[in-house]
Amino acid sequence: MTTSTIAGAPRRGVLSRVTDRIGGGVIQALMVLIGVFWLVPTLGLFVVSIREEAANNSTGWWTAFTKPAEFTLKSYGDLLATGFTSSFWNTVAITVPATILVIGIAAMAAYAFAWMDFPGRDPLFLVVVGLLVVPIQIALIPIAKLYGALGIFGSIAGVVLFHVAFGLPFAIFLLRNFFVGIPASLLEAARMDGASEWRIFSTVVFPLAKPAIASLGIFQFLWVWNDLLVALVFADSDNQPMTKALQSQMRQFGTNIDILAPGAFLSLIIPLVLFFAFQRYFVQGMMAGSVK
Amino acid sequence: MTERLDGPRAPRGGGDAARGSSPGPDDAAGSPAGPREESPSPADAGTTAGTAATGTTGDAAETTGAGADGDVHPALADVTPATSADPAERMAPAVEPEIATAGPAAPGVVRGPSRLGPSPTLAILFLLPGVVLLGAMVIYPIIYSIFRSLYDSTGDTFVGLENYGAIFSDSGTLTTIRNNLIWVVVAPAMVTVIGLIFAVLTERIRWATAFKLIVFMPMAVSLMASGVIFRLVYEQAPDRGVANAVITSVQGVFGSHNGFPDARPRENDQAPVAAQQGTVVTKQPAQPGKAVLIPLVGVKPADLATASAAKAAPQAGPGELAGTVWVDFTQGGGGRLNEVDATEKALEGLTVEAVQNGEVKATATTGADGTFRLSGLSAGDYVVRLPQSNFEAAFGGVSWLGPTLITPAIIGAFIWVWAGFSMVLIAAGLSAIPRDALEAARIDGATEWQVFRKITVPLLSPVLLVVFVTMIINTLKVFDLVFVIAPGSVQPQANVIALEMWRVAFGGGNNQGLGSALAIFLLILVLPFMIINIRRFRRDNQ
Repeated sequence: MTTSTIAGAPRRGVLSRVTDRIGGGVIQALMVLIGVFWLVPTLGLFVVSIREEAANNSTGWWTAFTKPAEFTLKSYGDLLATGFTSSFWNTVAITVPATILVIGIAAMAAYAFAWMDFPGRDPLFLVVVGLLVVPIQIALIPIAKLYGALGIFGSIAGVVLFHVAFGLPFAIFLLRNFFVGIPASLLEAARMDGASEWRIFSTVVFPLAKPAIASLGIFQFLWVWNDLLVALVFADSDNQPMTKALQSQMRQFGTNIDILAPGAFLSLIIPLVLFFAFQRYFVQGMMAGSVK
Repeated sequence: MTERLDGPRAPRGGGDAARGSSPGPDDAAGSPAGPREESPSPADAGTTAGTAATGTTGDAAETTGAGADGDVHPALADVTPATSADPAERMAPAVEPEIATAGPAAPGVVRGPSRLGPSPTLAILFLLPGVVLLGAMVIYPIIYSIFRSLYDSTGDTFVGLENYGAIFSDSGTLTTIRNNLIWVVVAPAMVTVIGLIFAVLTERIRWATAFKLIVFMPMAVSLMASGVIFRLVYEQAPDRGVANAVITSVQGVFGSHNGFPDARPRENDQAPVAAQQGTVVTKQPAQPGKAVLIPLVGVKPADLATASAAKAAPQAGPGELAGTVWVDFTQGGGGRLNEVDATEKALEGLTVEAVQNGEVKATATTGADGTFRLSGLSAGDYVVRLPQSNFEAAFGGVSWLGPTLITPAIIGAFIWVWAGFSMVLIAAGLSAIPRDALEAARIDGATEWQVFRKITVPLLSPVLLVVFVTMIINTLKVFDLVFVIAPGSVQPQANVIALEMWRVAFGGGNNQGLGSALAIFLLILVLPFMIINIRRFRRDNQ
C-alpha cells in the first residue's frame, strides 16, 4: 500500500518519502501496541489459571514470568474433581444437536423459499427477515410456561429446542440467500430427469451449499456454546452447561478464582480452536448475518 | 449485508445485458428463466447502470481480489458485497471454488428462479418444521407477552398498562433505561470508529491478517468468559488488576491518601455503628434532622498525625442528616465512650452515604473536623453508611467496578469483544473501494486526510451504517457482560433492560407481568431496526 503510493507518485520529494517511512514505523508500533492490548486480557486469564492460588492472591499474574516455579496445573485438576466435566458434556449435548437441527430444518425451509413456488412466499420470507432481530427475552416467560406444561422445563431438550427456534431466522436467511445463487440449470436438469424435490435437495443443492452450511454451522455452534441466558432460565443444575456453572461461581469472585479461571479457559478452548480452524467461514457467516 | 452471495450478482446478472455477457455453457441455462425475469429487469437495469459502471467491472475486480488478498481476505471479499450499496457492487465476489463456479452462471434473480414442477403442497412440507418452530417459539411468545404484560405478577388480575407505568416510575428501572441510553449513545459509535481506524491502519502493515485474527478473536469467546477475563483486568488492587497496574506504573505513585484500612467500629452493643461486609453502617435508622455519631477505633497514630480535633455534629436542617466521623479514643486514657471529646481526632475525607431500602439517596465527604452533612433527603428512615472505599488502603487504584465507573468499564469490555467485527466488515468495504479513485486523488495532490475524508468515508458509509445499526441492536440487548462483570453490589447501578427483565421475571423477582412488559419494551426498542432490515432487504432485492 505505502510502496505502491510511492511508486505511483514519482513526483513526490525525498522529504515525503522520509515522513512516509517514519509514519510507517509509528503505525507499526501502534499496531503492535493495539495487538498486545487485545491479547493481554486473555493471556492474563490463562496465566492465572495455571498459577498457584496463593501466588494469585498475593501478586499480579504478570510477575509469574519471573517465577516459573509458581506454575501448576493444580487448578485444572481441582476443577475437574468438582464435577465441572459434567457441565462440559452438557454443553456438548446441547450444542451439537442444536447445530445439526438448525442446519437441517433451515436448509429445507431455505430450499422452499429459494426454489419452490407457493402463495405468500415473499411476505413470509420478510417475516423471517424481521425475526432476525427479535430479542430472546421476549420468549423466556412464555416458553418457560410452555415447557412447564410439556414437562421439559430444565431439560437439555428444552434448551436445544429454544436454541433451534431462535437460530432459525438467521439460518434460513443465510441459506436461502446462498441457494438462490445456485445455477438454475442444475435444478432444471435434475427436474427434467424426473428427480424428486427431496432428491434434488439432498443430492444437488445440499452438497453444493457446503460453504454456506459451514458458515452457518460454525456460527450457530459458537452461539449456542457461548450462550448464558437461555441456559440460565431453562437448564436446571443437573443439565447446566459450562457458562451457567461458571456464572454460579461468580458470586464468590476473588476467593474462587482458582475455579473460575481454569473453567473460563476450558470453556473458550474449543470455540477458539474452531475459530482458528474455520475463521474464514466464521467471517462469512458473520458478514452474511450482521443483521443479527 | 443481506445477501452475501447473490448481492454482487444481482446487479450483474439481473439486467439482461449483463447476463448475456456472461460466457459459456450457462447461457443456455439462463434463457429458460428469461421470461420470468423480464418484469424485474428494467428496474434492475436502472440501478445497475447507476451504480456499477460496466458489466465487466465485477469480473475484473474478481481477479484482483483473488490475487491480492491474504488469508482472511478472500472470505471478506466474498462477503462484502453483502454489505450492500455502491462500492460493494464493484467488489470482488466469491473466490472460493464452489461459489466461483456458481458465480457467473447464477441467474441472479432473487424473486423467481424457474418453477417447473414442485407443487405448493410439497413446499409446505419443506417449510413445515421451520414454520412450526418459529410460530410456536417466536411468534406465539410475542403475542403471549403482549397480553401477559397487561396482567399483574401472578397473571390473575388485569391491570392495563400499569406494568408499563411501573417501568417509567420506578427509580431502579429508570436507572436501567438511563444506562441503556448511555450504552446506545456511546458504544456503537465507539465500536464503529475504532473499527474504522483499525481497518484503515491494517492496510498499512504487512501482518494485517495476524492483526485481524487477534482483534477478531474475542468474538469466538463466550461473553461469560469475557466477563471473567475483565473481572481480572479490572481488579482494583494495582498489584493484581492489570488495568490499574498499567495506570499506576504510568502515573507513578499516587499522592493522595484518604483510606483508613484499619479503622473499624467497636464491637460491643453500645456502639452506634457496626461493620457490615466491609462497610460501616448505623445500627439504628436515622431520620433527617438528627445528628449521627460514627465513632471508629483502630486507626494508627501515624495516620492521625496531621488530623485536627473532632467536633460535635452541627445542627442538621430539615431534610438533612448531619454527624461526625472520628476516632473515639483518647491517647493516654480518658474520654467518654461514643461521644465526641475535644481530645479526640477527626477522620477527614471519608465518604458518607445515606441509604434507604438499599439505595444511596445522598453522599457527602467529611470535613477537617470530621463532620458531614447529607442534604436533600425526604422524611423517612435512613441508614448512614461509610462505603468500603473508605477502608481500602490508600493508593488503591481506580475503582473500575465501583458504582460510578461500572458502565464505562463494561462498555470497555464490549468494545474489546466487538471491535473485531466492526474492523473486519469495514476492512472488507475498504478493499472494495476502487484503488484508481484514491490514486487519482493523491496524484492531484490531495493529502491522505483529504482522501480519507472526501473519498474513503463517503464510499464506506453503507458499511459503516450496517456496523452502527448492528451495534445498536447489540447494545440494546446487552445482558451477559453486565451480568457477569458488575459485582452483585453494583448491579443496580450497572443494570440494563435485558438484565432487569431477567431479574424481574426469573432472578428472584418472579413478577412475570412486569417481566413481560420489559420484554415488550425491549422489542419496541428493536422494532425500528427490524423495519430498517426489512426495507433494506426489499430494496436490495428489487
